[in-house]
Amino acid sequence: MFGLNAKDTRLFFIVIALVAFAPFLMNPFPTDSAMAQFNAGYPDLMQRFVIFGIFAIGFNILFGLTGYLSFGHAAFLGAGSYAAVWMLKLLTINVIPAIMISVIVAGVFALLIGFISLRRSGIYFSILTLAFAQMAFALAASVLTPITGGETGLQTALSDPRILDGARDAGGNIPAPGLWGMEMRDSAEWVVSGWQFTFNVGYYLAGLCMILAFYLSIRIFRSPFGMMLRAVKSNQQRMNYTGLNTRPYTLAAFVISGMYAGLAGGLMAAMDPLAGAERMQWTASGEVVLMTILGGAGTLIGPVLGAGFIKYFENIFSKINDNVLHQWFAFMPDGIEDFLVTIVHPFVGKGWHLTLGLMFMAVVIFLPGGLVEGGQRIARLFGRKKKAADKETDASKTPAE
Amino acid sequence: MAILDVKNINKRFGGLQALGDVNLSVAENSVHAIIGPNGAGKSTLLNVLVGKLIPDTGSVMFDGQSVLGRKPYEINQMGISRVFQTPEIFGDLTVMENMLIPCFAKRDGSFEMNAIASITQQRDVIEKAEHMLEDMNLIDHRDDHSASMSRGDKRRLEIAMCLAQDPRLLLLDEPTAGMARADTNNTIDLLKRIKEERDITIAIIEHDMHVVFSLAERITVLAQGTPLVEDTPDNIKGHPKVREAYLGETQDAA
Ligand SMILES: Nc1ncnc2c1ncn2[C@@H]1O[C@H](COP(=O)(O)OP(=O)(O)OP(=O)(O)O)[C@@H](O)[C@H]1O
Ligand SMILES: [Mg+2]
Repeated sequence: MFGLNAKDTRLFFIVIALVAFAPFLMNPFPTDSAMAQFNAGYPDLMQRFVIFGIFAIGFNILFGLTGYLSFGHAAFLGAGSYAAVWMLKLLTINVIPAIMISVIVAGVFALLIGFISLRRSGIYFSILTLAFAQMAFALAASVLTPITGGETGLQTALSDPRILDGARDAGGNIPAPGLWGMEMRDSAEWVVSGWQFTFNVGYYLAGLCMILAFYLSIRIFRSPFGMMLRAVKSNQQRMNYTGLNTRPYTLAAFVISGMYAGLAGGLMAAMDPLAGAERMQWTASGEVVLMTILGGAGTLIGPVLGAGFIKYFENIFSKINDNVLHQWFAFMPDGIEDFLVTIVHPFVGKGWHLTLGLMFMAVVIFLPGGLVEGGQRIARLFGRKKKAADKETDASKTPAE
Repeated sequence: MAILDVKNINKRFGGLQALGDVNLSVAENSVHAIIGPNGAGKSTLLNVLVGKLIPDTGSVMFDGQSVLGRKPYEINQMGISRVFQTPEIFGDLTVMENMLIPCFAKRDGSFEMNAIASITQQRDVIEKAEHMLEDMNLIDHRDDHSASMSRGDKRRLEIAMCLAQDPRLLLLDEPTAGMARADTNNTIDLLKRIKEERDITIAIIEHDMHVVFSLAERITVLAQGTPLVEDTPDNIKGHPKVREAYLGETQDAA
């Protein structure tokens, strides 16, 4: 269906279902239960799941397929954000033009930076992209202040022209980004005996974008172009002596992944019309690398899993403080309670980076194929009980799942 | 009629004269062997022909057009395919995918932004690739990881990939090196068959004299970067200079 084979169609529908039902899936615990702090079903975080999912899906088209490791993709995310905010300031508070322009602007940036960086490969390519992104970050924070708002960032204001729909809303305030009467921050709540579910407009718009972005990535993976990108990773020498020019292939992959980053940046600005230079910083570029590798580089679903995983940790683990820990271990005798809290303390709250770092190392060492490989191993473990031989060949036939 | 004309090629690596005044003419639709002791410059000569190395002086004409200064992919698209001394295949891809890539390169040229259509829809290319695999007796390996195949199978795959492009000139760098006797004989038969079925010129570098004398119509002997003699196999066999170059070498080695 949709030009996909049965297996890909199944995966695609799973992703659609996950996005559609995320408000339920992310809020499995009743609001006043002790576990409620593990609920991730609030709009802000769910938006980040899908937006960073888009970012990582795009990054994977470059890194997962061609093996070119860019350390500067945050520059395109930032460029997309700035472009989108400008659109919200100058043209209209409707998010559609803002999102479209963010993709285009990021694409143009990626074309320029990719054209130069792709003259080198390996570590030199990585360093070039990193240098460009840091340059963009520094410029955005200083010289380009008239365009980027410098260190305070760029945001919508009452004085903006917004030539299509005026500067202020009915109440005389700065209008919130919206879509034909709905605002991105609008949410519907549904309370069912202790549980609370939130359905947010912005989340569903971003989720729809991620579904489309995911669909496009499946098509690219299964296309002749996608196979050529994998060939680039495998053996550039053989490609050249097979009459294929690798440069336009890598450049096209670079621009496509830059446009994905721009889309993510544009959506961020659409959810919250504020763009700052820190979005371009190297830590942001590094984060998408981690997401892709953690989930499984070169796999279809891996980057989405990696993005969700890291964002969940960043937002949920970081909120567990000593008070929460004391509650958890309250049933223990006092001495043991304090001891346990001391042990766990470095791994939660501000220490969430430590936990994430350890998990990342464990994945890279024991599961080089990322979380997807972990999933496949578990599936194979269960499958073996049913039809061992059948399953084994099935898994080895599909390296790019 | 010469399809390949090499004139006055010189190539130095620092103080080493790897190629010195090489002149070589390969007749269309012939099998031309290049032999010579280790380090004679045979692979270096092929590197010049496919654009991997730029010579210090000289000219290379293929079918009346200059090859020098062109990129490797452009030279390949002119009709020159090369099999390497150590097999160069796409090790991360399946055998079928390895076969599809040259078929796409033949159909679509050096770059094609074919990013939406599924590979499975490209019936013509798939049929051609499957046909090649059948023809080369590799169809049983269709879905195998190419890196997991034996060296002989890899070599056969690489030859098949080159042939899928319908090259006019096929360059083979020691295609039977490291092969068992039976595999070597199969390769000889394969190359003979290819020669019969197609309008193709083959230039082959080989140490195995059995292979050379089974296939070659003309032989060039290269020693220390310079062509010693060029003649028919029968004349080469008893040539004193050749014996000298080879015997001298083998005595040194032993
Ligand atoms: N890129 C290079 N840089 C420096 N020296 C090189 C390079 N390529 C080849 N050489 C040297 O040039 C000489 C010729 O090498 P070449 O590989 O052409 O020999 P060959 O005839 O193919 O030998 P063999 O039969 O062992 O494959 C050797 O001495 C080699 O060390
Ligand atoms: Mg050699």
